[in-house]
Amino acid sequence: MTRKFTKWPVLMVLLLLGSAGAQDHAVLEFSHPEYKERYNNLINQLRCLVCQNQTIADSHAELALDLRKRVYEMIEQGASDRDVIDFMAQRYGDFVLYNPPLKPSTMLLWFAPFIAIGVGSVALLLYIVRRNRQTAPAAEVSESIRRRVEELRGRQQARPSKQGSKQ
Amino acid sequence: MWRKVLFTVIFLCFLALMALFGYALKRDPSLVTSPLIGKPVPDFSLPLLSDPNRTIGKPDLLGTPYLLNVWASWCAACRTEHPLLVQLARQNLVPIHGLNYRDTREDAQSWLERYGNPYDVVAFDEKGALGLDLGVYGAPETFLVDRNNVIVYKQVGPITEKVWVDVLYPKLVELQKPGQ
Repeated sequence: MTRKFTKWPVLMVLLLLGSAGAQDHAVLEFSHPEYKERYNNLINQLRCLVCQNQTIADSHAELALDLRKRVYEMIEQGASDRDVIDFMAQRYGDFVLYNPPLKPSTMLLWFAPFIAIGVGSVALLLYIVRRNRQTAPAAEVSESIRRRVEELRGRQQARPSKQGSKQ
Repeated sequence: MWRKVLFTVIFLCFLALMALFGYALKRDPSLVTSPLIGKPVPDFSLPLLSDPNRTIGKPDLLGTPYLLNVWASWCAACRTEHPLLVQLARQNLVPIHGLNYRDTREDAQSWLERYGNPYDVVAFDEKGALGLDLGVYGAPETFLVDRNNVIVYKQVGPITEKVWVDVLYPKLVELQKPGQ
Protein backbone atom coordinates (compact mmCIF):
# COMPACT_ATOMS: atom_id res chain seq x y z
CA MET A 1 0.00 0.00 0.00
CA THR A 2 2.68 2.50 1.00
CA ARG A 3 4.62 1.75 -2.15
CA LYS A 4 1.69 2.89 -4.19
CA PHE A 5 1.80 6.35 -2.64
CA THR A 6 5.52 6.86 -3.09
CA LYS A 7 4.87 6.90 -6.80
CA TRP A 8 2.72 10.04 -6.61
CA PRO A 9 5.50 12.64 -6.43
CA VAL A 10 7.21 11.04 -9.40
CA LEU A 11 3.99 11.13 -11.36
CA MET A 12 3.44 14.79 -10.47
CA VAL A 13 6.91 15.76 -11.61
CA LEU A 14 6.36 13.89 -14.87
CA LEU A 15 3.05 15.67 -15.41
CA LEU A 16 4.72 19.02 -14.83
CA LEU A 17 7.45 18.16 -17.29
CA GLY A 18 4.80 17.17 -19.80
CA SER A 19 3.01 20.50 -19.54
CA ALA A 20 6.32 22.32 -19.81
CA GLY A 21 6.90 20.49 -23.09
CA ALA A 22 3.50 21.56 -24.34
CA GLN A 23 4.64 25.17 -24.24
CA ASP A 24 7.40 24.52 -26.78
CA HIS A 25 5.84 26.76 -29.40
CA ALA A 26 4.87 29.59 -27.05
CA VAL A 27 8.35 31.09 -26.98
CA LEU A 28 8.10 32.71 -30.40
CA GLU A 29 9.02 36.38 -30.61
CA PHE A 30 6.55 38.49 -32.53
CA SER A 31 7.33 41.92 -33.92
CA HIS A 32 3.76 43.07 -33.16
CA PRO A 33 1.60 41.99 -30.23
CA GLU A 34 -1.27 41.70 -32.70
CA TYR A 35 0.69 39.08 -34.67
CA LYS A 36 0.79 36.81 -31.67
CA GLU A 37 -2.96 36.96 -31.32
CA ARG A 38 -3.45 36.19 -35.00
CA TYR A 39 -0.92 33.36 -34.80
CA ASN A 40 -2.72 31.76 -31.86
CA ASN A 41 -6.03 32.18 -33.59
CA LEU A 42 -4.78 30.61 -36.82
CA ILE A 43 -3.03 27.60 -35.36
CA ASN A 44 -6.25 26.77 -33.51
CA GLN A 45 -8.14 26.70 -36.81
CA LEU A 46 -5.83 24.34 -38.67
CA ARG A 47 -6.02 20.58 -38.44
CA CYS A 48 -2.97 18.43 -37.98
CA LEU A 49 -3.22 15.75 -40.67
CA VAL A 50 -1.15 13.24 -38.76
CA CYS A 51 -3.35 13.26 -35.67
CA GLN A 52 -6.59 14.32 -37.23
CA ASN A 53 -8.57 15.24 -34.16
CA GLN A 54 -6.05 17.82 -33.05
CA THR A 55 -5.32 21.29 -34.24
CA ILE A 56 -1.74 22.12 -35.10
CA ALA A 57 -1.72 24.12 -31.86
CA ASP A 58 -2.40 20.97 -29.84
CA SER A 59 -0.31 18.50 -31.75
CA HIS A 60 3.29 17.53 -31.15
CA ALA A 61 3.67 15.86 -34.52
CA GLU A 62 6.60 17.05 -36.60
CA LEU A 63 4.20 18.10 -39.31
CA ALA A 64 2.31 20.33 -36.86
CA LEU A 65 5.62 21.85 -35.83
CA ASP A 66 6.45 22.61 -39.48
CA LEU A 67 3.04 24.09 -40.14
CA ARG A 68 3.17 26.27 -37.01
CA LYS A 69 6.56 27.52 -38.09
CA ARG A 70 5.23 28.32 -41.53
CA VAL A 71 2.24 30.19 -40.06
CA TYR A 72 4.62 32.18 -37.89
CA GLU A 73 6.89 33.04 -40.82
CA MET A 74 4.00 34.03 -43.04
CA ILE A 75 2.51 36.34 -40.41
CA GLU A 76 5.88 37.96 -39.75
CA GLN A 77 6.26 38.51 -43.49
CA GLY A 78 2.98 40.39 -43.50
CA ALA A 79 0.61 37.74 -44.83
CA SER A 80 -3.08 38.16 -43.99
CA ASP A 81 -5.09 35.47 -42.22
CA ARG A 82 -6.77 34.74 -45.54
CA ASP A 83 -3.34 34.20 -47.17
CA VAL A 84 -2.34 31.67 -44.53
CA ILE A 85 -5.64 29.78 -44.75
CA ASP A 86 -5.45 29.69 -48.56
CA PHE A 87 -1.83 28.55 -48.44
CA MET A 88 -2.72 25.59 -46.24
CA ALA A 89 -5.89 24.69 -48.14
CA GLN A 90 -4.03 24.71 -51.46
CA ARG A 91 -1.58 22.13 -50.14
CA TYR A 92 -3.61 20.01 -47.77
CA GLY A 93 -7.16 20.60 -48.99
CA ASP A 94 -10.17 21.95 -47.10
CA PHE A 95 -9.77 19.09 -44.66
CA VAL A 96 -6.99 21.05 -42.97
CA LEU A 97 -9.51 23.76 -42.03
CA TYR A 98 -11.55 23.27 -38.90
CA ASN A 99 -13.96 25.81 -40.31
CA PRO A 100 -14.54 24.55 -43.86
CA PRO A 101 -15.76 26.96 -46.57
CA LEU A 102 -19.24 26.72 -48.04
CA LYS A 103 -18.83 25.01 -51.41
CA PRO A 104 -20.87 22.50 -53.44
CA SER A 105 -18.82 19.68 -51.94
CA THR A 106 -19.41 20.85 -48.37
CA MET A 107 -23.13 21.68 -48.79
CA LEU A 108 -24.19 18.47 -47.09
CA LEU A 109 -21.83 19.11 -44.19
CA TRP A 110 -23.25 22.59 -43.65
CA PHE A 111 -26.93 21.89 -44.22
CA ALA A 112 -27.38 18.36 -42.89
CA PRO A 113 -28.35 19.63 -39.40
CA PHE A 114 -31.03 21.91 -40.84
CA ILE A 115 -32.31 19.14 -43.11
CA ALA A 116 -32.48 16.84 -40.09
CA ILE A 117 -34.39 19.47 -38.09
CA GLY A 118 -36.72 20.04 -41.06
CA VAL A 119 -37.46 16.35 -41.56
CA GLY A 120 -37.92 15.92 -37.82
CA SER A 121 -40.35 18.86 -37.56
CA VAL A 122 -42.43 17.62 -40.49
CA ALA A 123 -42.55 14.14 -39.00
CA LEU A 124 -43.55 15.56 -35.61
CA LEU A 125 -46.21 17.76 -37.20
CA LEU A 126 -47.66 14.85 -39.17
CA TYR A 127 -47.70 12.76 -36.02
CA ILE A 128 -49.51 15.44 -34.01
CA VAL A 129 -52.08 16.09 -36.74
CA ARG A 130 -52.73 12.39 -37.08
CA ARG A 131 -53.09 11.94 -33.35
CA ASN A 132 -55.59 14.80 -33.11
CA ARG A 133 -57.65 13.28 -35.88
CA GLN A 134 -57.66 9.99 -34.07
CA THR A 135 -58.76 11.48 -30.74
CA ALA A 136 -61.69 13.43 -32.24
CA PRO A 137 -63.88 10.42 -33.08
CA ALA A 138 -62.95 8.88 -29.76
CA ALA A 139 -65.10 11.60 -28.14
CA GLU A 140 -68.24 9.89 -29.39
CA VAL A 141 -70.26 8.55 -26.53
CA SER A 142 -73.15 6.30 -26.28
CA GLU A 143 -76.68 7.56 -26.90
CA SER A 144 -77.75 7.25 -23.27
CA ILE A 145 -74.86 9.28 -21.93
CA ARG A 146 -75.40 11.99 -24.55
CA ARG A 147 -79.03 12.28 -23.60
CA ARG A 148 -78.08 12.54 -19.95
CA VAL A 149 -75.57 15.33 -20.69
CA GLU A 150 -78.15 17.31 -22.68
CA GLU A 151 -80.60 16.87 -19.92
CA LEU A 152 -78.13 18.30 -17.39
CA ARG A 153 -77.26 21.16 -19.72
CA GLY A 154 -80.89 22.01 -20.20
CA ARG A 155 -81.36 22.10 -16.47
CA GLN A 156 -78.34 24.40 -16.10
CA GLN A 157 -79.53 26.81 -18.78
CA ALA A 158 -82.94 26.97 -17.18
CA ARG A 159 -81.32 28.00 -13.91
CA PRO A 160 -80.34 31.69 -14.04
CA SER A 161 -76.93 31.37 -12.40
CA LYS A 162 -73.79 33.42 -13.22
CA GLN A 163 -71.98 30.38 -14.54
CA GLY A 164 -74.83 29.43 -16.77
CA SER A 165 -75.10 32.88 -18.36
CA LYS A 166 -71.44 32.87 -19.18
CA GLN A 167 -71.79 29.82 -21.40
CA MET B 1 -52.17 4.83 -45.12
CA TRP B 2 -50.06 7.45 -43.34
CA ARG B 3 -48.62 4.82 -41.10
CA LYS B 4 -47.39 2.85 -44.11
CA VAL B 5 -45.85 5.89 -45.77
CA LEU B 6 -44.15 6.94 -42.55
CA PHE B 7 -42.86 3.46 -41.98
CA THR B 8 -41.47 3.26 -45.52
CA VAL B 9 -39.77 6.64 -45.17
CA ILE B 10 -38.16 5.69 -41.86
CA PHE B 11 -37.09 2.35 -43.26
CA LEU B 12 -35.51 3.99 -46.32
CA CYS B 13 -33.66 6.48 -44.09
CA PHE B 14 -32.41 3.56 -42.05
CA LEU B 15 -31.19 1.75 -45.16
CA ALA B 16 -29.44 4.89 -46.41
CA LEU B 17 -27.69 5.30 -43.06
CA MET B 18 -26.63 1.65 -43.09
CA ALA B 19 -25.18 2.11 -46.57
CA LEU B 20 -23.34 5.24 -45.46
CA PHE B 21 -21.90 3.53 -42.39
CA GLY B 22 -20.93 0.49 -44.45
CA TYR B 23 -19.10 2.73 -46.89
CA ALA B 24 -17.41 4.65 -44.08
CA LEU B 25 -16.20 1.42 -42.49
CA LYS B 26 -14.29 0.47 -45.62
CA ARG B 27 -12.88 3.93 -46.14
CA ASP B 28 -9.64 4.93 -44.45
CA PRO B 29 -10.24 8.33 -42.83
CA SER B 30 -6.51 9.02 -42.66
CA LEU B 31 -6.39 9.30 -46.45
CA VAL B 32 -6.91 12.89 -47.45
CA THR B 33 -7.57 13.66 -51.10
CA SER B 34 -4.83 15.94 -52.28
CA PRO B 35 -5.94 19.23 -53.81
CA LEU B 36 -2.75 19.06 -55.90
CA ILE B 37 -4.05 16.41 -58.31
CA GLY B 38 -4.15 17.99 -61.75
CA LYS B 39 -1.88 20.80 -60.61
CA PRO B 40 1.77 21.24 -61.56
CA VAL B 41 4.55 20.15 -59.24
CA PRO B 42 5.51 23.19 -57.14
CA ASP B 43 8.72 25.01 -58.01
CA PHE B 44 11.67 23.87 -56.01
CA SER B 45 15.43 23.76 -55.91
CA LEU B 46 17.02 21.29 -53.54
CA PRO B 47 20.47 19.80 -53.08
CA LEU B 48 21.04 16.23 -54.17
CA LEU B 49 21.33 13.65 -51.44
CA SER B 50 24.49 12.30 -53.04
CA ASP B 51 26.15 15.70 -53.52
CA PRO B 52 25.38 18.83 -51.45
CA ASN B 53 27.00 21.04 -54.09
CA ARG B 54 24.61 20.07 -56.86
CA THR B 55 20.97 21.05 -56.89
CA ILE B 56 17.96 19.67 -58.65
CA GLY B 57 14.94 21.70 -59.73
CA LYS B 58 11.59 21.24 -61.38
CA PRO B 59 12.81 21.74 -64.99
CA ASP B 60 15.22 18.80 -64.57
CA LEU B 61 12.24 16.47 -64.31
CA LEU B 62 10.40 17.58 -67.47
CA GLY B 63 9.95 15.34 -70.47
CA THR B 64 8.85 11.95 -69.24
CA PRO B 65 6.29 10.63 -66.75
CA TYR B 66 7.86 9.71 -63.44
CA LEU B 67 7.22 8.64 -59.88
CA LEU B 68 8.21 10.93 -57.05
CA ASN B 69 8.61 8.89 -53.90
CA VAL B 70 8.74 10.71 -50.55
CA TRP B 71 10.77 8.66 -48.10
CA ALA B 72 12.97 8.86 -45.01
CA SER B 73 15.27 6.55 -43.12
CA TRP B 74 13.14 6.97 -39.98
CA CYS B 75 10.04 5.81 -41.79
CA ALA B 76 9.19 2.18 -41.11
CA ALA B 77 6.57 1.88 -43.84
CA CYS B 78 9.14 3.08 -46.37
CA ARG B 79 11.13 -0.05 -45.71
CA THR B 80 8.04 -2.13 -46.38
CA GLU B 81 7.58 -0.68 -49.84
CA HIS B 82 11.27 -0.41 -50.68
CA PRO B 83 11.82 -3.90 -52.17
CA LEU B 84 8.99 -3.22 -54.62
CA LEU B 85 10.58 0.06 -55.68
CA VAL B 86 13.92 -1.67 -56.19
CA GLN B 87 12.23 -4.30 -58.29
CA LEU B 88 10.38 -1.68 -60.35
CA ALA B 89 13.62 0.20 -60.93
CA ARG B 90 15.23 -2.98 -62.20
CA GLN B 91 12.40 -3.45 -64.69
CA ASN B 92 13.06 0.06 -66.00
CA LEU B 93 9.38 0.85 -66.44
CA VAL B 94 9.49 4.40 -65.18
CA PRO B 95 12.05 6.75 -63.67
CA ILE B 96 11.68 6.87 -59.89
CA HIS B 97 12.82 10.05 -58.21
CA GLY B 98 13.23 10.23 -54.48
CA LEU B 99 12.45 13.03 -52.08
CA ASN B 100 14.32 12.39 -48.88
CA TYR B 101 12.06 14.05 -46.32
CA ARG B 102 13.18 15.48 -42.97
CA ASP B 103 16.15 13.21 -42.70
CA THR B 104 19.89 13.47 -42.17
CA ARG B 105 22.26 12.94 -45.05
CA GLU B 106 24.25 10.19 -43.31
CA ASP B 107 21.20 8.21 -42.23
CA ALA B 108 19.61 8.46 -45.65
CA GLN B 109 22.75 7.45 -47.51
CA SER B 110 23.51 4.45 -45.34
CA TRP B 111 19.84 3.44 -45.59
CA LEU B 112 20.13 3.36 -49.40
CA GLU B 113 23.39 1.44 -49.23
CA ARG B 114 21.78 -1.10 -47.02
CA TYR B 115 18.45 -1.61 -48.78
CA GLY B 116 19.32 -0.69 -52.37
CA ASN B 117 18.85 2.49 -54.36
CA PRO B 118 15.98 2.48 -56.84
CA TYR B 119 16.11 6.23 -57.47
CA ASP B 120 17.41 8.09 -60.51
CA VAL B 121 17.98 11.15 -58.35
CA VAL B 122 17.21 11.88 -54.73
CA ALA B 123 16.49 15.45 -53.63
CA PHE B 124 17.43 16.16 -50.04
CA ASP B 125 14.61 18.00 -48.27
CA GLU B 126 16.03 18.35 -44.80
CA LYS B 127 13.52 20.96 -43.57
CA GLY B 128 10.54 19.42 -45.32
CA ALA B 129 10.05 22.55 -47.43
CA LEU B 130 9.08 20.80 -50.67
CA GLY B 131 7.22 18.27 -48.55
CA LEU B 132 5.04 21.08 -47.23
CA ASP B 133 4.44 22.46 -50.71
CA LEU B 134 3.46 18.97 -51.87
CA GLY B 135 1.05 18.56 -48.95
CA VAL B 136 3.01 15.62 -47.57
CA TYR B 137 1.73 14.57 -44.15
CA GLY B 138 3.40 11.25 -43.67
CA ALA B 139 5.94 9.14 -45.47
CA PRO B 140 5.87 7.23 -47.68
CA GLU B 141 3.88 9.14 -50.24
CA THR B 142 4.25 8.68 -53.97
CA PHE B 143 3.24 11.08 -56.71
CA LEU B 144 2.65 9.99 -60.28
CA VAL B 145 3.62 12.93 -62.47
CA ASP B 146 3.15 13.31 -66.22
CA ARG B 147 5.73 14.55 -68.75
CA ASN B 148 4.61 18.17 -68.25
CA ASN B 149 5.24 17.99 -64.50
CA VAL B 150 1.54 17.82 -63.67
CA ILE B 151 0.58 15.61 -60.71
CA VAL B 152 -1.77 12.87 -61.84
CA TYR B 153 -2.12 10.71 -58.75
CA LYS B 154 -0.96 10.58 -55.17
CA GLN B 155 -0.50 7.37 -53.22
CA VAL B 156 -0.46 7.88 -49.46
CA GLY B 157 1.20 5.02 -47.63
CA PRO B 158 3.37 2.28 -49.09
CA ILE B 159 2.95 1.13 -52.66
CA THR B 160 1.88 -2.48 -52.48
CA GLU B 161 1.81 -4.92 -55.34
CA LYS B 162 -1.95 -4.48 -55.47
CA VAL B 163 -1.70 -0.68 -55.64
CA TRP B 164 0.89 -0.97 -58.38
CA VAL B 165 -1.05 -3.47 -60.49
CA ASP B 166 -4.52 -1.98 -59.95
CA VAL B 167 -3.84 1.74 -59.87
CA LEU B 168 -0.38 3.05 -60.60
CA TYR B 169 0.66 0.87 -63.51
CA PRO B 170 -2.54 1.37 -65.58
CA LYS B 171 -2.30 5.14 -65.04
CA LEU B 172 1.36 5.11 -65.97
CA VAL B 173 0.71 3.20 -69.20
CA GLU B 174 -1.93 5.79 -70.05
CA LEU B 175 0.60 8.59 -69.47
CA GLN B 176 3.34 6.91 -71.45
CA LYS B 177 1.24 6.70 -74.60
CA PRO B 178 2.75 8.99 -77.22
CA GLY B 179 0.99 12.30 -77.68
CA GLN B 180 -0.48 12.16 -74.18
